[in-house]
Order: sequence, then structure tokens, then C-alpha cells
Amino acid sequence: MLMTDMAHTEQRDYIGAKLGMWFFLFTEVLLFGGMFLVYSVYREVNTADFHEAGMEMNVVIGAVNTIILLTSSLTMALSISAIKKGAKNSSVLLQAATVLLGIAFLVNKYFEWSDHIRHGFYPNSPQLLAMSHGKILFFGLYYVMTGIHALHVLIGMSVITFILVLTIRGTVTSSDYIKLENAGLFWHLVDVIWIYLFPLFYLIL
Amino acid sequence: MEESKNHITGTKTYVLVWFVLLCLTGLTIEAAQLKMGEWSMVANIAIASAKASLVLWFFMHLRQEKRLFKLLIFVPLITISIIIGLTFFDIWYR
Amino acid sequence: METSFYNAPTRYPGLFGWIFTTDHKRIGLLYLISTLSFFAVGVLLGLTMRLELIRSGTHFYSAQTYNSLFTLHGVIMIFLFIIPGIPASLGNFIMPLQIGARDVAFPKINILSWWLFMSGAACAITSLFTGGGAPDTGWTFYVPYSVRTGTNISLAVFGVFLIGMSSTLTGMNFLTTIHRLRAPGLTWKRMTLFTWSIYATSWIQLLATPVIAITLLLIILERFFGVGFFDPAKGGDPILFEHMFWIYSHPAVYIMILPAMGAVTDIIPVFSRKNIFGYTAIAASSLAIAFVGYLVWGHHMFTSGMSDTSRIIFSFLTFLVAVPSGVKIFSWIASMYKGSIKVDTPLLFTLGFIFLFSIGGLTGLVQGALATDLHVHGTYFIVAHFHYVIFGGAVMGFFAGLHYWFPKMFGRMYEEHLAKLGWVFLFIGFNMLYFSMFVLGWEGMPRRYYDYLPRFNTPNLVSTIGSWILAMGLIIMFYNLIHSLFAGEASGDNPWGAASLEWQTTSPPPVENFETTPVVTKGPYTYT
Repeated sequence: MLMTDMAHTEQRDYIGAKLGMWFFLFTEVLLFGGMFLVYSVYREVNTADFHEAGMEMNVVIGAVNTIILLTSSLTMALSISAIKKGAKNSSVLLQAATVLLGIAFLVNKYFEWSDHIRHGFYPNSPQLLAMSHGKILFFGLYYVMTGIHALHVLIGMSVITFILVLTIRGTVTSSDYIKLENAGLFWHLVDVIWIYLFPLFYLIL
Repeated sequence: MEESKNHITGTKTYVLVWFVLLCLTGLTIEAAQLKMGEWSMVANIAIASAKASLVLWFFMHLRQEKRLFKLLIFVPLITISIIIGLTFFDIWYR
Repeated sequence: METSFYNAPTRYPGLFGWIFTTDHKRIGLLYLISTLSFFAVGVLLGLTMRLELIRSGTHFYSAQTYNSLFTLHGVIMIFLFIIPGIPASLGNFIMPLQIGARDVAFPKINILSWWLFMSGAACAITSLFTGGGAPDTGWTFYVPYSVRTGTNISLAVFGVFLIGMSSTLTGMNFLTTIHRLRAPGLTWKRMTLFTWSIYATSWIQLLATPVIAITLLLIILERFFGVGFFDPAKGGDPILFEHMFWIYSHPAVYIMILPAMGAVTDIIPVFSRKNIFGYTAIAASSLAIAFVGYLVWGHHMFTSGMSDTSRIIFSFLTFLVAVPSGVKIFSWIASMYKGSIKVDTPLLFTLGFIFLFSIGGLTGLVQGALATDLHVHGTYFIVAHFHYVIFGGAVMGFFAGLHYWFPKMFGRMYEEHLAKLGWVFLFIGFNMLYFSMFVLGWEGMPRRYYDYLPRFNTPNLVSTIGSWILAMGLIIMFYNLIHSLFAGEASGDNPWGAASLEWQTTSPPPVENFETTPVVTKGPYTYT
């Protein structure tokens, strides 16, 4: 193959790899979109009960988690800038920071869920079933949506950890960092989804 | 046209965006306390969309991407809007 | 002289050279073999159903068994055969060749897609033999029954979930491939219409499949945790399930038909020795069908209890989606007009496709109109309609493509007379089997029933005999193809004298598809 062909291919690969990741993110938008559909339908039909159920949520934990994820998006974006400049150590530290923030998010979630479960608010609990339909649906949506979101946080963290190792090893470099960039795209989407989950669950007051 | 491969967004820009995002978070919490009825939800979704747009434009580098990427992002958004919209013709009028 | 990709050295020996391949051609063949195998199972299930229905009264097995049979028939035919169908097999093999690419954008994700597909199929098949036994809800898994039934729904539905992931990743892969890897000079307007159809289909695979994924996940959560989303006792809405199910499953039928239409559109110019009529209209109509296909799902739910407003809106939108399909049909006929027509097997299947799909499409209008749908919903009229469009349409288009690209994939030619004989049996058997169902449905026979009133006897008998003639046709056709695989005449590189890019390399192609990167200077249907 001609040199120009190969250079062209390498250039195309970078954009192509990014394009593929964006396409994948579209599928996640539709996946969560399906859940937002269920949420919007039931909130429309049970507006008052949703407000009442929303009172049970802890705005502080929600806000803290929002700040955690927004900050993790910052560290992730900075880690890519760092590797582009060739600052490998900075990039590794920033990636590690992102993962740690992810852990913090999940730890908060764990305490939050435990608290709700201890108070008897979990799917099919006798206490919940005695409540209004809107409240049952609200908590169902809460667990399912934040649960699937948390699963994506976990996946994102695992991927970033893997990329972190690749960065240390020198596989991800200032001239080949598409893996880090794509991991970043996924992580930012996880952040964007939470940006919508926060007001929908914690700010119905 | 060669895209963002060589463009490195400055740390200052990222930190500024992050700061704006935090402010918007504060704003949305305040807006929720205002008790505007269902307009609270509209306001909150609007603020959330502003935050999402900032993340997309700056953190996800949409600002530097080819026009194709900027156009494509509308496809899933329009799709999910249609899906929710058409379903509501049932929910509202049952 | 390049060796064919079959002889190229692989990373692992023997069978593993196939299972761990990243070559799109081998992956296409893996899908071809697996989907056609599942098709065979689905056919056997269908024949078994028709056997019970040969006459009114109970004959061979229980109602419970019958429920599981039609559930499996649907699940296998839809999720394990026709949805992956053309895109995964012919799309994988032919599309990169048609755009002059060396492979798809993400070869490793490509084989991952096949592994996901096979894992999902394994789950679905295992569900037959474990837990509460074979699912009995129908392939539509409607609540509340899918939540309450003791049969092994969760495993089956999880299998479908995995197959959905496979489909989504393939869509992503093909979209990136078509956007990024077209050869120099291969502009969007010089792409074949088969590739255009794969492009439109990939958008549907990408965006619609996640909705069924979440819907199925919610069923599993409902069964395990009683969350309540679809349970009225907890405030849930069963109709919401139907919405979510059909939001995917209607676009899914366009995943089935668009590639078949694409294959047929490629075939007509070759066997008419004439450029396609209405290239832009056909390409645009593929995108239009993909888009409008998202707007019509409610027409599956006219009797569900939806609001009148939404029923009127969905009915109107449904009539709209017929328009781009009509554009294609008129373009195909105009393409053949004054052409130098050679009715070889691919064109014969194409003509059958146009005829059968038209019948199916026209009966769709009966269903799209609210008043008449009330009469035919839940009857055999619907069963006949979708078999005409999916089997008479998509599958016949698949068979057309299979015969057309057979020499490209295998370097051999099938036996022409045997192929045509198979077609005759298929055509006669098909119409006996399914036209009777239009009559039955109109007369009031419900679908998914294991028994019926004696007044429905005659059409049912005709239908069952039709199923045997159809089966005979399938046997003849597949015998021909499989036998020709091993003993067929060498076909030469371009037996049809076709102009599109895939025919400008050897048959079978070498592993890198083209000896040198092709440079394209004209369209794919130039025959002057």
C-alpha cells in the first residue's frame, strides 16, 4: 500500500474510532431514554404523589453526587489535555482522580440506598405497597434508573482503570490517545445522564 | 478538514466550564425551592439541558469536531423526543 | 493471482480460524450458517403448528404446547433469523466489498457481535429446557402474562437482550464503515442501493434496539422484584409496555425489509442490463422509511385501550409510511421497462418479491385504517399480512440476494433449473399456506388458537397442505445451494457481468478484498 494510503488510513482510524464511540453513546441515550419515557408517563399521571415521594429524597446527597460527577468530568477532560501535551504522569493522576471520584459516588449511593431500604422503601416491600401508586412507581423508577446509572458508573470506572494501566505502560501516548478520549466520552455521558436524574428525583419539592 | 487532533483545550477553559456547571447546579436547587408548580420541572430540565450542553460542547470536544458530529447528535435527541411525544398523545387523551 | 480468503492463513487453526476470525467475509458466513440453521428450526416449528391445525379438534398435543410452539416460532424467526438476517450475513460479506473497503471499521467488535448473537441464541434455546419450560406468551411478551407465567421467560428474554446488543453493535460498525471507509471516488451517490439500504437499516438497529433492551430488562426486573411498572395494582400501565415493545418492534420490521429491498434493487439493473430508475428517490426512500418507521408503532395497539386521539394520529402516520415503499416499487418497475430482461433465478425471486410484498403491503392498508383493523386485529388476517411482507418480502429478497451473490461468496454456480423448480414450489406453497389465512382471518378465525370451529376447516386444510409444498420448495432450494457449494461449476469472477464494485474482484475475494485500493469513477449500475 502507498504511504499516503496508510497515512490516510491512520487518520481515518482516529476519526472513525471516535465516530464509532459517538454512535455507541447514541444507543445509551436511547436506552436511558426508554426509562425517561416511563418516568415522564408516570409523573404526568401521578404528579402529586411524585411530589410527595420526592420529599423522601435527600437533596444534599444528590447535590454532593452531582458535584462529584461534574468534577470527575473535569479531571477526565484534563487528563486528555495532559496526555496530548505529553504530560504522562499528570494524565495518570487525573485518570486516577476520576476513578476515585467514581468510587466516592458509588459509596454515597450505597449509603443512600441502604438508608431507604432500612426505612422500608424498596420494590415490593410491604411498607411501600401500602403507599399510593405514585409513590410505589417513584421508588421503582428511583432504584431502576439510578441502579442502571450506577452500573454504568462502575463500567466507566473499570474502563478508565484499564486505560490508566495502558497509559502507564506507554500504550496510550501523546500521539495515540484515542482510547483515553473514547473512555472520556463514555464517562461524560454518564455524567450527562446524572445531570438529568438529579433534578428529576431530588428536586421535586 | 483536519479536526481536533492538534487542538488542546486550556486548563483555564475547563475549570471555568466546571465552575459554571457548579453554579448552574446551585441555581437548579434554588429554582426547585421556589415552588412554581410544574414550571419548576420545566426550569429544571432547561437548566439540566444547559449543563448537558456545556459538557457536550467543551468536555466532549464537540466544539472542535467536524460538522458531521454536531449534526449527528440531533438524531438520537429527535428520536427520543418523537418517541416520548407520540406516546403522550395516548397518555394525555385517554 | 490472489488466493481466496478461504485459503488465507488464519491466526488459529481449523474451526477456531472461523470462530475467532475478524474477517468480515468469514463473519458474514458464520451469520449465514447460524441464521439459516435457526430458520430451519423455525420452519419445523411452523410445520408442527400447521399439522395440529389441519382440522378442527385436538390431535397431537396440548394447548400449552401449542402456545409454546407459536412463541418459539416467533422468537426464533424474528430475533434469531430475520432481524440479523440480511444485514449480518450478506451485509457483512458484501457491503465492504461494494464500498471498496478492506474490512469493516471495527473487525473485533464485528466478531464480538456474532459471539453475542450466539450467546443470546444459547440462552433462548436453554430456556426451553430449564426452569418452568418453554415460554408461552407469544413473541410479544405482553404483560401481565409475561410477568405471571411460570415458564422460563427471564432466560429467554435475556437471550433476546444479548441478541439486541449484537444488533446494536453491528449497526454502529456498519455506520462507521460506510461513513469512513469508502474507497477513493466512491461518493455517497456512487454507492450501491444495497449499501444505502444497509446504511438506513443500521440507523434503525442503532437507535431502536436499546428501547427493546430496556423493555426486556424491565420484564426481568418485574419478574424478580415486582417493581410494578406494568402492574395496575401498583399503578403501572400495561399499555405502556405495549408502547415500549412496539417502539422497537415496528422499526424492527424495517430492519427486516430494507436490506431485502436493497438486494432486489441491486439485482434488477444487472438482469435488465439497464441503469436503475430513480437512484436518488430510492436512496431517499430508504432513509424516509427508516425515519417514518419510528412514527407508526401505535398501529399494533389500536384495540389496546389507547386514546382515540393517538389512534387517529397513528393511523394517519401509518398511511404515510406506505408512500416511500410505493416509490420503490414504481422505480423497480420503471427500471425493468425497456430493459433487456433475463429471468435468471435472482430476478425470478425478485419478481416474486415484488408481487408478494405488494399484496402484503396493500393488506397493511386494511390494518392501518381504524375501522377495518377492529375487524381483523387478532385474527389470521394479521398473520397472513406479516407473512406476506416478511416471508414473501424480506425472506424472498434474502433468497434473491443469496442466489445473486452465491458465486461471489463461493466461486461456484448453483444449478439453474433446480433453483427455478424450487422457486415454483416455494411460490405455490407460499400462496396456498398464507392466502388461506387472509380468508380465515376475514371470516373471524382468531390467531394463536390451537383449535377452531369446524366452519374454518377447508382453508386450514389448504393452508397445511401449502406448508408441505413450501417445505418441499425449501428443501429443493437448499439442497441445490448446499450441493453446489461442493460440486457446483466454477462461476468465474463476474458471471452476471455486473457493474458494481464487489464484482470487480475475484470470486471468492482474496482476504484483503482488492489487490490494490480501487479508485471509483462511475456509478454502480452503468450498463451502456
